[in-house]
Amino acid sequence: MNEKELLTNPDILRELIMDHYQYPHHHILVSDDSYRSLHMASESCIDDITVQTKIEDGRFKDIRFDGVACTISTASTSMMTDLLIGKTLDEARVIVDNYFQMVSGKEYDADLLEEAVAMKNVYKQANRIKCATIGWNAVKQVLDESEAA
Amino acid sequence: MFDIKKIRSEFPMLVNHPELVYFDNGATTFKPQPVIDAVMDFYTNGTSNVHRGDYPLSARADALYDGARVSLAKLLNCDVKEVAFTYGSTSGLNQIAYGMEKVFLKPGDVILTTQTEHASNLLPWYRMERDAGIKIEYLPVDQQGVIRMEDARKAMHEGVKAITVAHVNNVLGSVQPVKELAKLAHEYGAYMIVDGAQSVPHMKTDVKDLDVDFLAFSGHKMCGPGGTGGLYGKYELLQKMDPYALGGGMNSRFNSCGEVLLKEAPEKYEAGTPNIEGIIGLGAAAVYLMNIGLDEIHERERQVRRYFSEKVRELDNIEFYNPDNETGPITFNAKGVFSQDAAGYLASRGICVRSGNHCAKILHEILGTDSTIRASLYFYNTEEEVDRCVEAMKEISIENAIGIFF
Repeated sequence: MNEKELLTNPDILRELIMDHYQYPHHHILVSDDSYRSLHMASESCIDDITVQTKIEDGRFKDIRFDGVACTISTASTSMMTDLLIGKTLDEARVIVDNYFQMVSGKEYDADLLEEAVAMKNVYKQANRIKCATIGWNAVKQVLDESEAA
Repeated sequence: MFDIKKIRSEFPMLVNHPELVYFDNGATTFKPQPVIDAVMDFYTNGTSNVHRGDYPLSARADALYDGARVSLAKLLNCDVKEVAFTYGSTSGLNQIAYGMEKVFLKPGDVILTTQTEHASNLLPWYRMERDAGIKIEYLPVDQQGVIRMEDARKAMHEGVKAITVAHVNNVLGSVQPVKELAKLAHEYGAYMIVDGAQSVPHMKTDVKDLDVDFLAFSGHKMCGPGGTGGLYGKYELLQKMDPYALGGGMNSRFNSCGEVLLKEAPEKYEAGTPNIEGIIGLGAAAVYLMNIGLDEIHERERQVRRYFSEKVRELDNIEFYNPDNETGPITFNAKGVFSQDAAGYLASRGICVRSGNHCAKILHEILGTDSTIRASLYFYNTEEEVDRCVEAMKEISIENAIGIFF
């Protein structure tokens, strides 16, 4: 199977979520003023994470996170860090927009989202959409602010 | 005779949704047909405002509205004048805190409570602490969340002007010795305030016997409509206390010089057009519960909870936080699984439970966990439902919690 086929296999996607939950990537915060730190606490559930982003030369040089969160929150944020580190803000914007399309059950470009397509069914459980977007909302906020500036 | 089959047949949510096991009764309860009928009758045959109309329809609404007060008074064993309608426990407790501060307290006075209270019995007092110089002190609780009277006696002193606790704790189901606490409070000339949100629906609450000064409760947690509740207060205290909301329906007269003459209690606490249909439904709920019998309801819940508790003790994958409490929710976590993931898995099996901090954030500092799952019962729940829940609980794992998305 090529990578594309792998990412449509439910067993693989389940494993990916499992893996990102148990061994999340970039899951340590730094004390560094060059990072923007956003505390994302859900008002309606227990999720409470902090996302740090460092932008250099119009790119996400680094993204990190930590906190108390469920499988979907942790895995989706971990996948996001993999996907967006190294991307320009413009590239990141396209990926983020596609991701939000996907988690609201609308059309999206799966190729752009790579492993994050594992979250494609979350929209079917409305109460968990916030879990799949808590980390992504932090980056979205950073992008919105950089565009407004 | 407690006829569970008949009772379940009277709840459309149970009849229409046999696929669900509803164990979130601490949050809100299902409504029986007589309550639904009472509300529907108001919409379809009886819509009118109260206390204002000069026509038979309005008089009919008045009779039903006042009748609900009679039913609540009977439920609590108090005088009809001693129950004010509210929008729930939260508005009742906020009224009490406001009224205490305005009339009964001065800066430096102490309110004695516990760290295990629901937010609605802490945050209004925090505000009094910040705005009015009221001091909050805490009664210790034991491992079951219960206040021991010897600790209460030690904590009590002349500066304490009120004790305020939940009769039944919303996370652990601990039952507080309210009657003994009231006696202690009164020995010191202090008031006894009770959050009855988790007790009034589940057990006989005789305010005369308990000798409490104020008690707030919610309608929707006792088979009544949302946005309803009651505030009990001893009549002379209700008369003395200030209402926090002013408006129509609660003043006798006022003039443009700002002179206002309020109605007597309890009407002075009911500013604005009330939730009339809700209150009528609440009255029907009180009658419904009294017809079954509050003691019967309490005993039934204890039986099912005991059965549930015995089953959960046998599960190796479950951390069970309150096995020794006789009432209230089964509070647990699946070992190694985040509470929301576990609750999500149970939901996929039709089990409705609640994960989270359950408003009593501080309690988790005592329990030593960020969050728990709460399975809370009501009298219409059955052993068969417990079996379904327990079977699903056995299979909670991270893999299965993720599996629900595929």
